[in-house]
Amino acid sequence: MSDSSAPPATRPALLDIRGLTKSFGALKALDDVDFTLGEGEIHALLGENGAGKSTLIKVVTGVFARDAGTVRLANREIAPRSAKDALDAGIATVYQEVNLLPNLSVAQNLYLGRQPTRFGVVREAEMKRRAHALLLDYGLDIDVGAPLASYSVAVQHITAIARAVDLSARVLILDEPTASLDRHEVEILFKVMRKLAADGIGIVFVSHFLDQVYEICDRVTVLRNGRLIGSREIAQLPRLDLIRMMLGRELAETTHERAASQPDTAREVCVSFKGFGKQGYLAPFDLELRRGEVVGLAGLLGSGRTETARLVFGAERADSGAATVDGKAIRLNSPRDAAGLGFGYCPEERKTEGIVAELTVRENIVLALQARRGLHRPLSRREQDEIALRYIRMLDIRPPDPERPIGLLSGGNQQKALLARWLATSPKLLVLDEPTRGIDVGAHAEIIRLVRDLCEQGLALLVISSELDEIVTYSNRVIVLRDRAHVEELKGDAVEVSSILAAIAADAPAAQEVAS
Amino acid sequence: MTLRIPRRGLAQAFALIVILMIDRAVSPQFFNLHLQDGRLFGSVIDVLNRGTPVALLSLGMVLVIATGGIDLSVGAVMAIAGATAASLADTHSLPVVIASALAVGLACGLWNGILVAVLRIQPIVATLILMVAGRGIAQLITEGRIVTFTSPDLVWMGNGAVFGLPTPVAIAIGMLLLTAAVVRGTALGLLIEATGGNARASELSGVGTRAMILSVYIWCGICAALAGVIAAADIMGADANNAGLWLELDAILAVVVGGTSLFGGRFSLVLAVAGALIIQSMNTGILLSGYPPELNLLVKAVVVLAVLLAQSPRLGDIQRFTARWRRTKP
Ligand SMILES: Nc1ncnc2c1ncn2[C@@H]1O[C@H](COP(=O)(O)OP(=O)(O)O)[C@@H](O)[C@H]1O
Ligand SMILES: [Mg+2]
Repeated sequence: MSDSSAPPATRPALLDIRGLTKSFGALKALDDVDFTLGEGEIHALLGENGAGKSTLIKVVTGVFARDAGTVRLANREIAPRSAKDALDAGIATVYQEVNLLPNLSVAQNLYLGRQPTRFGVVREAEMKRRAHALLLDYGLDIDVGAPLASYSVAVQHITAIARAVDLSARVLILDEPTASLDRHEVEILFKVMRKLAADGIGIVFVSHFLDQVYEICDRVTVLRNGRLIGSREIAQLPRLDLIRMMLGRELAETTHERAASQPDTAREVCVSFKGFGKQGYLAPFDLELRRGEVVGLAGLLGSGRTETARLVFGAERADSGAATVDGKAIRLNSPRDAAGLGFGYCPEERKTEGIVAELTVRENIVLALQARRGLHRPLSRREQDEIALRYIRMLDIRPPDPERPIGLLSGGNQQKALLARWLATSPKLLVLDEPTRGIDVGAHAEIIRLVRDLCEQGLALLVISSELDEIVTYSNRVIVLRDRAHVEELKGDAVEVSSILAAIAADAPAAQEVAS
Repeated sequence: MTLRIPRRGLAQAFALIVILMIDRAVSPQFFNLHLQDGRLFGSVIDVLNRGTPVALLSLGMVLVIATGGIDLSVGAVMAIAGATAASLADTHSLPVVIASALAVGLACGLWNGILVAVLRIQPIVATLILMVAGRGIAQLITEGRIVTFTSPDLVWMGNGAVFGLPTPVAIAIGMLLLTAAVVRGTALGLLIEATGGNARASELSGVGTRAMILSVYIWCGICAALAGVIAAADIMGADANNAGLWLELDAILAVVVGGTSLFGGRFSLVLAVAGALIIQSMNTGILLSGYPPELNLLVKAVVVLAVLLAQSPRLGDIQRFTARWRRTKP
């Protein structure tokens, strides 16, 4: 461990990032982001999925090349070109999936590549002694000769951290380290973090558990859509304000007009769920979807939004409750069942769950329709061309070439093609999970307009978005989720950003004082 | 239904022509054909005839690989089907013999398909089971002997002629047309390519990926069984130990040479068969040239390496890396 020369009075800047910018094609994953980490500071980096947190970390640690910006570590400018470069400079990163060798012993993992040797022979006993002493520092008294895999994820994390810090790290970055830990393990990890901070190490902590952020962090920086929303002392930031920073309106952003149409209970219900849920996945919920109505799902990351979508589409099998379509009970055990009923689903993970990158735009567009028609009723090439061209024109997919592999299109155009895939099946119900995520600003507005148009044509829509402003724009009703349960439904005039925020933060004590 | 060689088949066409030209250079009579007893003879016909088992295997293998899987058991399935056919040949009519052999192939394919699609075992491991056990099963059928037969009907399968072409070649052409009709004449081709390209996305689009995977392993088993029958008919006997030995590797090689990625997705039946012919023209060429046949293995290894290098996604990375290394070197 490298000692910092003089113990600081206030926290001097250890890591100073200015104007960091990174684009993937047309998408600005990071747009002029500043970030300052002090010595001995635990600093939360927050934002919804796709906000740019991981990209920031990867650019700082040299995994991605940056487009612009400077990174200074202890007042010296650095430009690492690989994770190893960054480590040599003093920035260590531990990811959610621990990057060690599970079959080797804990001691071997700690000293891999730098085992103590004598005459070229590894001194096994000496290594174990040192490893044991090192981990004692972290409050772990374990048999370091046992394979790493025989220990819990928490121990593996701490081993990874100990190794990183022992390799003379001054900045430690933890990307979602607590996602797979239980409460007790989180405690152990936090103890270690506090100890390291006391030693002067700066820690960047990425997590989507706000409770943990309030418990352990000194400062918080929030990103949204690749832009810096702000950086605050956590002690002076009520939870509602923090949630507003993560989900709420950006001043610079154009605000959309709220759809004029009001919820109309006279509209006929086409799909309804009663007590639908799955143990350990999502608490049972009731949900009615009407023709020509958009229902928005709002909540923080991990609140159960995507889980709702997956249950509704049969991608996850419910173990309680019942679903009906037009009043008739239905079987909903697989996406195939759902597609057969006239449901469609555009998942949040466009690349891994949406597009078939290698196939053409045409093939991607006709896929769901063809799957529904069955093997023996193939769409002729002429029908395929006709369908593809119709939707390319209707949704303005660019370039307007049906024979281009879809993987080569921009995110926004891929999203439109996925919409086309379902529209081609003339669906009753469309479930859109974060339809505007990772999409450049132009396509963003178009998708929102599309959602409205579809609704006017009589489709039932269930839309998830972490952009509250956007949800308010097109939703007739908004369902707010918290801790994997539907907790509140807002209708009519109640559908506005402030009331959604209040509902999301309702369980937080800090929220009351601000809301009142 | 399309059987045209796609534009991306140029490399394979070029490779085949080059190898045939080399064959002609080492053996000037290579392209000579003559008709005798209603059957064509010549080196080119030889290439086609000898290439038939691998071509048949590759027709099934290419579909399996397109779904992102692999079938290591086809050689063993050939042995089982060959043993079945040989032991029934002298007591049953040809249709019964063939139907039994194909049924055995279907059962083998179903077994593999269930392991992969239903039990979700990794394809390489799942099919390894039958690859190992299959020869034992074939031994049980032949009771450890080499079973010979004299049934002229079955012998015709290996040595007869149809419209001047050797029967195996005619069967292979028929199977290519049939497979193409089934795969491209229905939506199967698109759905297989989608499944191999992104199984999760396909499933979420309502594609029955499990049925898709099950059916390609079954088809692969049937193709292997047919290849096994032909191989047995050719030597008028079944050798449980050696029938189809290592041919699974040739079939995989044919598919890869035919431009289908082992990661799955896009596939071409015609190019897989072209791959089988490329391999066979190399074999025949080396035999004709009088070089020791061991050289064959070396040449094959070089071809595999060339194809894999040409397809390697890291090739670009390596080029970029070496360029950077050269730049930064003092
Ligand atoms: N390698 C990549 N290529 C293209 N786009 C990417 C890549 N990595 C991330 N992105 C995009 O950049 C945005 C930010 O992603 P990321 O930094 O992973 O977000 P977070 O970690 O905050 O969830 C997302 O829209 C994501 O789709
Ligand atoms: Mg991330």
